Amino acid sequence: MTSMPFYVSPEQLMKDRADYARKGIARGRSVVVLGYDRGIAFVAENPSRALHKVSEIYDRIAFAAVGKYNEFENLRVAGVRYADLRGYSYDRIDVTARGLANAYAQTLGTVFTQESKPYEVEIVVAEVGDSSDSDQIYRLTYDGSVADEHGFVAMGGAGEQIETALKQRWRPGMSLADALSLAVELLGKDPAGGKDRSLGAAQLEVAVLDRERPRRTFRRIGGSLLTALLNSEDPTRDAPEVDDATPGHHDILTGEVPRDATTNPQTQRDAPHGTGAEPGPAPGDGD
Amino acid sequence: MSLGPDAGRLPAAFLAAGSSSFTEFVGAHAPQLLPSRRPLPPGGAFEAPHGTTIAALTFAGGVVMAGDRRATLGNIIANRDMEKVFAADEYSAVGIAGTAGIAIELVKLFQVELEHYEKIEGTLLSLEGKANRLASMIRANLGMAMQGLSVVPLFAGYDLDRSQGRIFSYDVTGGCYEEKDHHSVGSGSLFARGAIRKLWRPGLSTDEGVSVAVEALYDAADDDSATGGPDLGRGIWPTVAVVDQDGVRFLPDDVLQGVVEQVIAGRQGNPGGAR
Repeated sequence: MTSMPFYVSPEQLMKDRADYARKGIARGRSVVVLGYDRGIAFVAENPSRALHKVSEIYDRIAFAAVGKYNEFENLRVAGVRYADLRGYSYDRIDVTARGLANAYAQTLGTVFTQESKPYEVEIVVAEVGDSSDSDQIYRLTYDGSVADEHGFVAMGGAGEQIETALKQRWRPGMSLADALSLAVELLGKDPAGGKDRSLGAAQLEVAVLDRERPRRTFRRIGGSLLTALLNSEDPTRDAPEVDDATPGHHDILTGEVPRDATTNPQTQRDAPHGTGAEPGPAPGDGD
Repeated sequence: MSLGPDAGRLPAAFLAAGSSSFTEFVGAHAPQLLPSRRPLPPGGAFEAPHGTTIAALTFAGGVVMAGDRRATLGNIIANRDMEKVFAADEYSAVGIAGTAGIAIELVKLFQVELEHYEKIEGTLLSLEGKANRLASMIRANLGMAMQGLSVVPLFAGYDLDRSQGRIFSYDVTGGCYEEKDHHSVGSGSLFARGAIRKLWRPGLSTDEGVSVAVEALYDAADDDSATGGPDLGRGIWPTVAVVDQDGVRFLPDDVLQGVVEQVIAGRQGNPGGAR
């Protein structure tokens, strides 16, 4: 940008940047975020098990993105830092999706107008509430604009077609199995009008924010549980209430070995035990 | 601070690549939030509430950690039902002895540190990794320890690679030592340690392990004024965490009441307790 031989109008400059960002985003596969009866589901076509498009930010907040991996990964880490810092210096309940969406919007907006290249990303920040009415889904685009969406969002290459279809077919209060099947069917449609693909569990990255869980509500869904949920003949309609028993990281639900329900995978104790007033380790923690 | 065009934007520290440590991030962005980065007023030691005895021991499937509930301020009981044993993450627990305020702040920071790593890296830190992170936090607190605000934690967790419970102890300089079988810290630790040594044997069951830990705290409370015994009138029981391959769980009050009543019944006419 050191030498500009001709005058470029601001309109043209912004349009060029927007086109550039839009083109980058359109190259990638799509991500669908949609509400179901017990929470919010995230479905991405992503064969990688390590490079995630959907991630946990905080207790009730998750992040989904399309576009350039290095750019949205950078934003994801910033979001985790923002949330953890806020939760550490105030309290866990003071971390909200709205605050994070604002911080992202300011960041994306500043980068769009001031840096030599805009971020080629589109992201969703979602927070699960106590009921589906209080769920919040924010969509943020490369230029920093924020939209408060109701019920569902689709982003990426085929985002517009998927959203049009979701407008007709998504209903509030769908079961998890129905919501996932709908999202997977729409992700498999070819936007150019070609033959539909059928996506299997191995090509999908699926996660939920489950409003019924205490504290950290984010769970990935994989393995035989995902296959069962996507199979319309299988009676499994929802994610199990208990985590897997396999020792290790418990953000993945596969439904293969259910875990003893008495253990509590939470960092802090969720309810003061005993009678009378007890200060406990973290006042006002969790719900 | 002026409202420039960058106002509201996430500061550069948030977008910096590289670190998955929350403490390092806070140290770079908001150092005043770290207990070790706050300047201390000049002058000698001053008094603040102290927490006391923590005991930990391994059993066949994992490790038990128990702590009494008393905090003292000199000869005064500052709090009779504080908790000093916390879950650090899903597979580890940390108990604290020393200056209560700073210890609780450190535990909170440690919990966020582990969860932060988990979210950024998408995997759990190894048990040694967790023990070392805690050591570096204690090390950073040395300046305060020299002014009398020391914190000495005890860390115990279930090692997923070795499938066993392990215990780590610390000194005020941040030295981290792995303890074999059992350990205790705090003012009543001498008595608790003696009791555990006589009662512990390899291959204890979970219930036996819990009962040994409660016996040890009872002995500590018997001889150390800063350690609180179980309070039947108020229903205050020691905090007991069990860490095994299912993760950390805290024993509920009704179970603890049963264990305590059994320990007390065993001491009727036999004040030395089980042997």
